[in-house]
Amino acid sequence: MSAPRMPIESGVPEPFQYMHPVMQKNFGQWKYHDRPRPGVLHHVAKSGDQIWTVRAGTQRQMDVYTIRKLCDLADKFGDGFVRFTIRSNIEFLLGDESKVAPLIQALGKEGFPVGGTGNSVTMIAHTQGWLHCDIPGTDASGVVKALMDELHEEFIREEMPNRVHITTSCCQINCGGQGDIAINIQHTKPPKINHDLVANVCERPSVVARCPVAAIRPAMVNGKPSLEVDEKKCVCCGACFPPCPPMQINDPEHSKLAIWVGGNHSNARSKPSFQKLVAAGIPNNPPRWPEAAAVIKKILATYKKDAKDWERMNDWIDRIGWSRFFELTELPFTKFHIDNWRGARRSLNASAHIRF
Amino acid sequence: MAKPMHPTPRIDQLESGPWPSFITGLKRLANDDGKPYQDMVVDLLGQLETSYETRKGYWKGGTVGVIGYGGGVIPRFTELLDEDKKPKFPAAAEFHTLRIMPPAGMHYTTDILRKMCDVWERHGSGLIAFHGQSGDIMFQGAKTENVQPAFDEFNEMGFDLGGAGPAVRTGMSCVGAARCEQSCANEQKIHRMLVNNFLDDMHRPALPYKFKFKVSGCPNDCMNAIERADMAVIGTWRDDMKVDQAEVKNYVASMGRKKIIDNVITRCPTNALSLNDDDTLTVDNRNCVRCMHCINAMTKALSPGDDKGVTVLMGGKRTLKIGDLMGTVVIPFKKLETEEDYESLVEVAQNAIDFFAENALEHERTGEMIERIGLVNFLEGIGLEVDPNMISEPRQSSYIRMDDWDEEAAKWFERKAAA
Repeated sequence: MSAPRMPIESGVPEPFQYMHPVMQKNFGQWKYHDRPRPGVLHHVAKSGDQIWTVRAGTQRQMDVYTIRKLCDLADKFGDGFVRFTIRSNIEFLLGDESKVAPLIQALGKEGFPVGGTGNSVTMIAHTQGWLHCDIPGTDASGVVKALMDELHEEFIREEMPNRVHITTSCCQINCGGQGDIAINIQHTKPPKINHDLVANVCERPSVVARCPVAAIRPAMVNGKPSLEVDEKKCVCCGACFPPCPPMQINDPEHSKLAIWVGGNHSNARSKPSFQKLVAAGIPNNPPRWPEAAAVIKKILATYKKDAKDWERMNDWIDRIGWSRFFELTELPFTKFHIDNWRGARRSLNASAHIRF
Repeated sequence: MAKPMHPTPRIDQLESGPWPSFITGLKRLANDDGKPYQDMVVDLLGQLETSYETRKGYWKGGTVGVIGYGGGVIPRFTELLDEDKKPKFPAAAEFHTLRIMPPAGMHYTTDILRKMCDVWERHGSGLIAFHGQSGDIMFQGAKTENVQPAFDEFNEMGFDLGGAGPAVRTGMSCVGAARCEQSCANEQKIHRMLVNNFLDDMHRPALPYKFKFKVSGCPNDCMNAIERADMAVIGTWRDDMKVDQAEVKNYVASMGRKKIIDNVITRCPTNALSLNDDDTLTVDNRNCVRCMHCINAMTKALSPGDDKGVTVLMGGKRTLKIGDLMGTVVIPFKKLETEEDYESLVEVAQNAIDFFAENALEHERTGEMIERIGLVNFLEGIGLEVDPNMISEPRQSSYIRMDDWDEEAAKWFERKAAA
């Protein structure tokens, strides 16, 4: 028997071999850019060279036929070079302005929306969900498809006060990350423990250590070593579920959706910020999640109407204050909005600054 | 003879509407007569429809990998069993993902994308995600026996597995110098040097938990590095920003003074901008914090300075276990010009990873470790000096022992004198 093939530990590939020649030639030598229309970037190099980028939305989870179709378009109408953005938009790189309009037309004909630039609602950053994850409380690709159908017009236009980044997460680990608007699973009941399986499946001390509020302790249940949860302390975060699948946290009825706003990773104007809770108790309602979509559209419409140019969601709320945010969006303010986690007093109003 | 399609009334509803549909794509694969993945995707749709019906997930992990590596494959086995404990959707009972690292900056020729599709048509489900939140190309859906041959083909094409589990993870870098005038760094070089120097820690997971590198070429931080990376490298500059006064005047002429004042001047977080009576711009560069707003707003008139380098932050992460944390500054400015400069950045990373490996608790991220032990202990552990740029404000609490204040104050003056 021949020796097994050992991997070539080559790491991250060098990108120049796949890069548009105009970008290779002008690497680090760009002068400025503008946006001739939504979905198109125009970059000018110090050498005078120019490159046009046409950005289009994709479904991220793509079958090989979709990818080949995008390749056909890049070969026929472009220069055969593409790249992807962090939000799974595809970018076609074109060395010649005359190629822009025919490519946009062809993308439209094949059902790929052109947009996602500037002050648009760009593609939603998302996770795996029911399609592939081992701990999801909801789907990811389906939620995104349903929402982007609703937000399509805002993707292909640049009519928001500033860019809008939306994220989704199918568990409270929050793989989707910070967003101007985040739609995340929020469990509302402690895990249901299958005591017959715990001893065989779970490394009990590491499950105990995983709990952020020390609510889990080892216990003998029906004569078997297992774990028990102090349900008064439990915050229903689901942290115990990945290391111990018999501690089922996902619940078809009680796993709800919560909506958070004001997360921003850019340093522009204000420092990067975390998203804050604004709505919860929203049903996890496949296949189109209409209740979540309605809340998001209400927040977006309010932001679009009330925010000033260049204000991101967090900048806008900083200006108008949270009481006005809840008033304008008509969302209920509850005791659950007041943080009680570590460092929470910093989030309280220690002043006489009140808006009337 | 292909398997018949399962009825999928719920996910069928995701085929309508203007946004591209992943369900339509999956159905294309499920109806693709004669292809090795056909039955697998038929059954995948069956399991997904079940999830949509019951609102539950049905995948569990396991142990699947390639020879020579301990990570990089995400094993998935179905948990959806019939009365006889047999998989209800047997053709999709194994549905593993290969995490493959893309070229830095996610550049592709159509040629390489077509070759990837061909490999995945032979060995996988035909479903590929560009890209996962980890920054990998996710080749989703291989049977256990096909994982090795698929990897071998990708590996021969010049691609390598990314990270999974308690390991150095796949990194990310922005398009940067390849197309962006705001780039202050060679992002792809930083990205490749950092990740490629830690491939052993990536491919043989043995750290307390994950460790991520992300590189953004300017403080717009398009890679969400501060928010998501254990070590974030952000391009910046320390001399004056460049102002083309003729272009400033053009902006004023086309947009009007009010718009420039409302959207640019007064939006500066440190009031470092002033629009003069002759429509030129004065910048208080010593008080500019490099936030990028005015440069974003007036791309033709304003740009970063020439004395470029990077700011390094550490400790960003998501919710589990103590709550979301941003990275915080550990190196306010580092020049990256010579090979030695780049090597010393790798050394910083090496020190941080060594300290993390030695001192973090199991399943604790760098940010949580810093929170537990304090930033000063971390800095001393990795050999970095304190700097006022690392804080928003000095301590408020007087509950601290300061026995060696004089020595520490002397160090500050020595460092200042040496600078």
